Amino acid sequence: MFTFALRRFLIAIPTLLIISLAIFLLLEAAPGDPLGDVPLTVPPDVKEKMRAALGLDSAWYVRYLLWLKQFFWVEPLNLVDYIFGTDYAQGMQRVISFQSRQPVMQIIAQRVPQTLTVVGMSYLIGVSIALPIGIYSAYRQYSWFDQIGTLVSMIGFSVPTFFSGVVLIIVFAVKLQWFPSIYDTTHQVTDWASFMKQVRQMAMPVMVLSLYNAAQISRFMRSSMLDNLNQDYVRTARAKGLTEKVVVLVHVLRNSLIPVVTVIALGVPTIFGGAIITEQVFKVNGLGQQLITSIHSNDMPMVMTLTFIFAILIVTFNLIADLLYGILDPRIRYD
Amino acid sequence: MKLKTALLGAAASLVFAPAAYAERGSDGEVKIIYWQAVSTLNPYLSSGTKDVETASLVIEPLAGFDENGVVIPRLVTEIPTVENGGVSADLTSITWKLKPGLVWSDGTPVTAHDAVFTANYCMDPAGGCAQLARYEGIKSVEALDDLTVKITYNEPRPNPYTAFVGATSPILQAAQFANCTGAAASSCTAENFAPIGTGPFRVTDFRTNDVVQMEANPNYRDPAKPAFAKLTVKGGGEAAAAARAVMETGEFDYAWNTQISPEVQSQMAAGGKGEFIYAFGTLVERIEMNMTDPSPSLPEGERATVAHPHPILSDIRVRKALSMAIDRDVLVEVGYGNAGRATCNLVPAPAMFASDNTDCLVQDVEGAKALLEEAGWKVGPDGIRVKDGARLKLLYQTSVNAVRQDFQSIIKQWWNDIGVEVELKAIDAGVYFGGDAGSPDTFQKFYADVEMYANNFDGTDPEPYLAQYTCDKAPSPATQWQGENVNRFCDPAYDALVVELGRTGEMGKRAELAKRMNEMLTKDSYTVVPLVDRGRLSARSLSLGGVVLNTWDSELWNVSDWYRVK
Repeated sequence: MFTFALRRFLIAIPTLLIISLAIFLLLEAAPGDPLGDVPLTVPPDVKEKMRAALGLDSAWYVRYLLWLKQFFWVEPLNLVDYIFGTDYAQGMQRVISFQSRQPVMQIIAQRVPQTLTVVGMSYLIGVSIALPIGIYSAYRQYSWFDQIGTLVSMIGFSVPTFFSGVVLIIVFAVKLQWFPSIYDTTHQVTDWASFMKQVRQMAMPVMVLSLYNAAQISRFMRSSMLDNLNQDYVRTARAKGLTEKVVVLVHVLRNSLIPVVTVIALGVPTIFGGAIITEQVFKVNGLGQQLITSIHSNDMPMVMTLTFIFAILIVTFNLIADLLYGILDPRIRYD
Repeated sequence: MKLKTALLGAAASLVFAPAAYAERGSDGEVKIIYWQAVSTLNPYLSSGTKDVETASLVIEPLAGFDENGVVIPRLVTEIPTVENGGVSADLTSITWKLKPGLVWSDGTPVTAHDAVFTANYCMDPAGGCAQLARYEGIKSVEALDDLTVKITYNEPRPNPYTAFVGATSPILQAAQFANCTGAAASSCTAENFAPIGTGPFRVTDFRTNDVVQMEANPNYRDPAKPAFAKLTVKGGGEAAAAARAVMETGEFDYAWNTQISPEVQSQMAAGGKGEFIYAFGTLVERIEMNMTDPSPSLPEGERATVAHPHPILSDIRVRKALSMAIDRDVLVEVGYGNAGRATCNLVPAPAMFASDNTDCLVQDVEGAKALLEEAGWKVGPDGIRVKDGARLKLLYQTSVNAVRQDFQSIIKQWWNDIGVEVELKAIDAGVYFGGDAGSPDTFQKFYADVEMYANNFDGTDPEPYLAQYTCDKAPSPATQWQGENVNRFCDPAYDALVVELGRTGEMGKRAELAKRMNEMLTKDSYTVVPLVDRGRLSARSLSLGGVVLNTWDSELWNVSDWYRVK
């Protein structure tokens, strides 16, 4: 197991380097220009000087190597400085956003809390309602509960969040005025009243996203349960006189969870990726909103760093999912 | 009964209105939404309107513009003119006198040295200053004493109100930005996000691309202002959502640039919580005619250059017919509603520079057809005109934008009606306006026959704007396709007028020249076919008083006068 993990970890390093080069080249080849938003009233020679000040006048490989150095050397040093109060990174150029000229990592650190509370919470809620729904739907296949579950998850799957989000805003914010339509990222929870305010402002984005997550995961859970319910060992268990509760919730559920757990683990990186559309609709200015505004304004350092962090997370959670597989199912051995 | 209460209420509000803004910080919090989120508060590092306008709450220029485009003093005692001796008789220097006793929000005095520092900060070649155009042609900026700044220009400057005038060139505090000049400008995150200023508010929390929180500046020069103790500028979402937050849910007091379709505007206005406000400036949506041949059959390097005149559009009769076929009022109705008006002028304002040219306002389809006949374009079997075996076919490009695509399809219909075949093309705005010399799709390269976009000029003086249409400003391979004269319009008489305008100081004569030049580009040559004069459109809550929309300066120019309607 350990050698497997180590081998996978070592393979991940060249994989990530290739990914970073691919992202960089894609951004480089993509049309658009970081100064595209500069008003037409700014004369071309001023634009040229602004371009040089952003470092865009050097060749692409120079900028790529500079980014690698900044990301793998300067930024970790900055983190060390931040934690231990040292000053190793003094005077070194960090990865700076074109748009705001703030170090990219500071922006990310500022936005992770919003994304984690809203998107993370909706993932948790999504998973915790999806599992029981999936289990019961499979156990009572084609019952009215299963039919309704199927209908709801089809809706969750097929209605895009930019539509369901706006519908919720019109119903709950404009007509009923229960929830705010704009998320306040500066809100601090200090007492019961402010906690309730936080709950109210999270309600709509969390609803939209957890419907989507639950729809997906409940379908996986249901089909995985159905696969197992018809197995011979289930008949044997029942023949031994075990109660239905033990048969379903111990024998069948444990075996059915194996593929579902991998799906859930692989979904975790998407939490950090944020929910671009939902964040935009409810003005939860988290990582997803940052990514899309940066893409719009061709803020290359920001887009590059964010997408690369997502790549790291995806590679990591792939590894974790593989390892979990081995733990959940003793038959799977990696040696 | 209802009427009586209403009257009583009105009377009461009249009595209490002066009291409503009699004390600083008495009206609580004001919430503003900019759907394009604010990235930085240093306008010298970003030319984005959102950044410049939000920064204008904190840092101020020496003088600004009021809602009529008139220069008004902010940090100075009066506006220097030739008459009061502030501008030298030869128009090469201008001397500003600061108000005595001014202090920054940290309590230290504002001096002329801060202004000198600011000019040097922007003019530093390594800094990449976004507002360099405001400081162009300056020979020296010097502090004659603590309260006097003198700017000397290389050449006579008929309009000296560029440096330190308007929200795009505010004064920075020298003490704060001393270590942020040149290449260090962009690494000064703390300074760029919370500049110390003289404006009505100061920054308490800044989160880039998200939200800015401010509080009333305790050292603001008017002890009774601002009426609001706190101010929040939230970003994110899109124009319709921002308008909804003011007009329907009432969560915000003011929404910037709520460009939404006239239908949605009237639906939202029915919410009764707010109103849309609009004002007109110089932004004109126009069709530009390509005077050179963009045909792909020409080799790169010659395509769309002055070496090859346009085979169809070189004939003024065709250009005029294309303009005559358009009903501009319909376009306004479809695209902008109250926030737009039909125009035939490239320079629609200020009033003194605007020509009374209204020839194009009436659509004349029959006249357009006759003109094309006269030019030798005869209707072919499929309704499209033909001349010497060539079809009257045009490629019409613009950026991706819902209103522009509506305009394209409507105008295509009108042009089809007069026998012109039209192919439409929509290009992502980032590419179209990006100016990348390697891309075939930039508006400068203009690899199409006609194109549509909007442009305006900064401030109230149209000289630099009109000077864009000289022969030497045509983008070409030799200039890496940079240059503002995208039509490749070239008329020696026009170039002579540009030179004359640059030498003329007297306002009446300048206006006369500007009008003539505007007409040469529009009704005399149909090089530029103006369509709609686009206003600024924003939304304010009915509970927010004192808002005056200004198109010549920051929209938030008079925020110190805003108050809560009680």
